[in-house]
Amino acid sequence: MHELTIAELVHGLADKKFSSVELTQHYISRINQLDKKYNSFITVNEEDALNQAKQADQLRASGQANQFAGIPIAHKDIFCTKGIKTTCGSKMLANFIAPYESTVTEKFSQANFITLGKTNMDEFAMGSSNETSHFGSVCNPWDIKRVPGGSSGGSAAAVAAQLTPAATGTDTGGSIRQPAALCGITGIKPTYGRISRWGMIAFASSLDQAGPMTRSAEDAALLLNVMSGFDSKDSTCVDQPVPDYTESLSQPLTGLTIGLPTEYFSAGIDSNVSKAIHAALDVYRQLGATIKEVSLPHTALSLPAYYVIAPAEASSNLSRFDGVRYGYRCEAPKDLEDLYKRSRGEGFGAEVKRRILVGTYALSAGYFDAYYIKAQKIRRLVKQDFTNVFNDVDVIMSPTAPTTAFNIGEKMDDPVAMYASDINTIAVNLAGLPAMSVPAGLVDGLPVGLQIIGNYFAEAKLLQVAHQFQQATDWHRQRPAALD
Amino acid sequence: MALDRSDVEGIAHLARIAINEQDIENTTATLKDILHMVDQMQAVNTDNIEPLAHPLELVQRLRSDEVTETNQRDHFQQLAPQTENGLYLVPKVIE
Repeated sequence: MHELTIAELVHGLADKKFSSVELTQHYISRINQLDKKYNSFITVNEEDALNQAKQADQLRASGQANQFAGIPIAHKDIFCTKGIKTTCGSKMLANFIAPYESTVTEKFSQANFITLGKTNMDEFAMGSSNETSHFGSVCNPWDIKRVPGGSSGGSAAAVAAQLTPAATGTDTGGSIRQPAALCGITGIKPTYGRISRWGMIAFASSLDQAGPMTRSAEDAALLLNVMSGFDSKDSTCVDQPVPDYTESLSQPLTGLTIGLPTEYFSAGIDSNVSKAIHAALDVYRQLGATIKEVSLPHTALSLPAYYVIAPAEASSNLSRFDGVRYGYRCEAPKDLEDLYKRSRGEGFGAEVKRRILVGTYALSAGYFDAYYIKAQKIRRLVKQDFTNVFNDVDVIMSPTAPTTAFNIGEKMDDPVAMYASDINTIAVNLAGLPAMSVPAGLVDGLPVGLQIIGNYFAEAKLLQVAHQFQQATDWHRQRPAALD
Repeated sequence: MALDRSDVEGIAHLARIAINEQDIENTTATLKDILHMVDQMQAVNTDNIEPLAHPLELVQRLRSDEVTETNQRDHFQQLAPQTENGLYLVPKVIE
């Protein structure tokens, strides 16, 4: 059962091959048995999940169920869930039970998905390795000495280890795509504004976007159908009709033009990763696509611009954690300033504090123009690069990450080296474009991700391009040897 | 720019974050590394480029000025570290 995709589970439940209770119990047992090794869950929602499953089975018996009723899913612990702890991977929120439900998790509940639990993540989604979590590192199921990527590392590892059929993630600078690449799964970050951010704990509000992490592009399309759409509670959510993302999956790719940005294959990209991507491009040629070299000249500047804009927004968003209204409070504060400073000093981990400090500096008097405004100007240049290229091509392809999964501990002492692992993913967030990562090969037994970037609201195109690749290859069906 | 220990203490005060004495040196060093990387931005000429605050450059929606939220004070205060008679408790601010 744990090898089936969501598309297959939909049929299995409809054909009564198994019940939701059986399916849910099977996944809960796997989590209880295996997750000691991976640490991909922060909270397992055992009792409640089984109750939800019973209800889903009753709905099916009465003939009132929608197609997804009874299918289990895990949610990144950044989505507020009423009644289940939401920690955001932080000591600050270690015991926080949100008083309201995020729109994303609400939509899944309305579709009668079963919440298996909440997955581990870098603290406040700040990290590329899942090592900044207050609840400990997550191990990559392909090699437990290695990181799963981040910040949605728990979601990626849980899907790869077959502890859940799919999971939700969020992506501010690559946090869905990079862990999807490093764990050998499929993940999509939609256009900024496609999915409501309501109840998704904010890191950098002009960059954050949620998306599904799955075993196939078809599953990603099914879940994106559930997650997308306008929400009046998120003022930046876009009011545009949501197409059925599964409709165009089976269309052939004849005539597709793929852009290859030279900057995304430059120094720092492992030569074996590059080779795997070129082999994937050969598959696309056979599928009828034309490949064209393009240039995104401001790519190198996206890293410094991102590391001003994201920390600046974070420093503002995280000012709400004051030790007064909710979250961690220090012991015996001597005055109000001591209460603020020690609650924040003790409640936040090193990386979160680092980014708050960088953001505070960039926004402070005398430095605002040189850092923040400068970064926003570069943001426009980065966006224009993409706009120019999309006049000539349908999609852009590149490696998702410069290397395969690195060792736990390898980059923790060098934040700038850690930041550089997002070099191929962050420009997309600055521009607000949709992009996905699909498994495209193995190097020394570790997965390589192919990144596919599309024009605004071209999610259906991305999913079609990914699905056609998955019809022609079986990289997405590879599993870590250790699972056998 | 050169960042020293006292700059870091100043920024930490603005951010209301206590940094342990033994961590200040290391924090200063990593912030320097990050700002050094960020300074690559200065290499590009951005004269006459408009800053981009939001990827889709949308205009903020307005809604009619009606009360839509209900008062949930008791519910929200259950999350607070310390409350009394519906108020949030903090150390004494005014003597």
